[in-house]
Amino acid sequence: MMDEVIKDFDREKKEMKLIDENGKRIDGRSAEELRPVKMKVGVLNRADGSAYIEWGKNKVVAAVYGPREAQPRHIQNPLKGIVQARYNMVSFSVTDRKRPGPDRRSIEISKIISEALEAAVITESFPRTTIDVSMEVLQADAGTRCAGLTAASLALADAGVPMKDLVVACAAGKVDGQVVLDLLKEEDNYGQADLPVAIMPKSEEVVLLQMDGHLTQEEFDRALSMAIEGCKKLYEMQKEALKMSVGGE
Amino acid sequence: MDIMSLVNKDFIKARLKEGKRIDGRGFDDVRDLEITTGLIGTAEGSALVRLGNTRILVGVKLAVDKPFPDTPDEGILITNAELRPAASPTFEQGPPNPEAIEFARVVDRGIREGQTIDLKKLCIAEGEKVWVVFLDIHVLDYDGNLFDAGNYGAVSALLTAKVPEHEGRESFDMPVLHTPVSCTFAKIDSSLLLDPGLEEEGVADARLTIVFDEEKNLRAMQKGLDGSFKRDEIKELMDRASRKSEEIRKIIDQKVKL
Repeated sequence: MMDEVIKDFDREKKEMKLIDENGKRIDGRSAEELRPVKMKVGVLNRADGSAYIEWGKNKVVAAVYGPREAQPRHIQNPLKGIVQARYNMVSFSVTDRKRPGPDRRSIEISKIISEALEAAVITESFPRTTIDVSMEVLQADAGTRCAGLTAASLALADAGVPMKDLVVACAAGKVDGQVVLDLLKEEDNYGQADLPVAIMPKSEEVVLLQMDGHLTQEEFDRALSMAIEGCKKLYEMQKEALKMSVGGE
Repeated sequence: MDIMSLVNKDFIKARLKEGKRIDGRGFDDVRDLEITTGLIGTAEGSALVRLGNTRILVGVKLAVDKPFPDTPDEGILITNAELRPAASPTFEQGPPNPEAIEFARVVDRGIREGQTIDLKKLCIAEGEKVWVVFLDIHVLDYDGNLFDAGNYGAVSALLTAKVPEHEGRESFDMPVLHTPVSCTFAKIDSSLLLDPGLEEEGVADARLTIVFDEEKNLRAMQKGLDGSFKRDEIKELMDRASRKSEEIRKIIDQKVKL
């Protein structure tokens, strides 16, 4: 009995319309609208720099330590510093408890976030050092790598690490056959594609790009433009958050 | 930082300024691609891929297990990659490092999102028993561009795999829906090179992998390394990958023809 009910409910969820006839999504947003985002710089005491972001139902805190001597020594680069980002989901951040510690997904995300941040940090100024960036996902609702990366670059700025520009990330995707910005959990689970993008907004250089799902080339072009527009909006919020942290309005 | 890669860097970049790659290839030329399937009798499917001097052996094993609760009527795909010390002086013994994990996950993404396998046809009893497809990628010789070699090997091994007989049900061919093909480009200064060799990879600023299916739909992407791409570069690479993936698919189809 029970399992029939569960199956029925699952089927309903899969068939659930994610965009209604007026073009509104399940949380009332339009296709090109971001979820509400709040950022705060300087939230931890011990870290050299830190930031907290709430993005829809996502809650992520980022901390920066360094530049400091890279250990063990064989990971040192005599020509430049390295950025070692660690993305971590807290065990209670998702509906089904996540086993603590790094899994394959978080190791991959940590790697591409490290690379995205290294593109922005002027690592040539700090040979042989490491800049350690920790992102702790406290509550997750799709888009945590973008939230984590956006917070991490704020934390780097807070730590006074010299950068060419802030890095800001945002995803676009396809839901019910439509290209939309900033997917939430149900849209990510039952949608057709996800395209997380990170840029350095001043030059519009793309420093992180992933895609999975099913997109035509035209849909890809639209999704990429949409994600970049989303990034630019978030960039303005990042700058506001940084101004607040140094006592600006 | 080894001194040879610094020497190589200047050499490779100087040649690229003249529009030439160090091995004489054009920017869109793939190295010789050879695929041999069915070499491993104990595997349900296998493919040995030689892409230039990169050599990868992909094996497919099948086992029966319970389905995941959210997909009770679908088989399961599990991809793993091993960068064994035999394949390169830079590969070390031990658990998979981030490079190996990214490699396995990018190959997996192309195969999974490209719907290579019709997972619904791998259901034995809904909610109870399904086939699990283990796609194991074993690097034998590392000479650059593992991502594409891994994709070609995975597709070829799956195209020729057989689902074994099980409790009276006859053996059948692996149900394949699509053949997603991966194209990886390295960016060195402003040059964008398809199928980078080891030396080119060693000096690359950024990397972009693009996977297209046979209907020219985009199925997976992954940007890597600490450089960046301009928007028009991404657009250019999309077009080039769309074109080249078709050519490479023809080679794969030809090589795996039974």
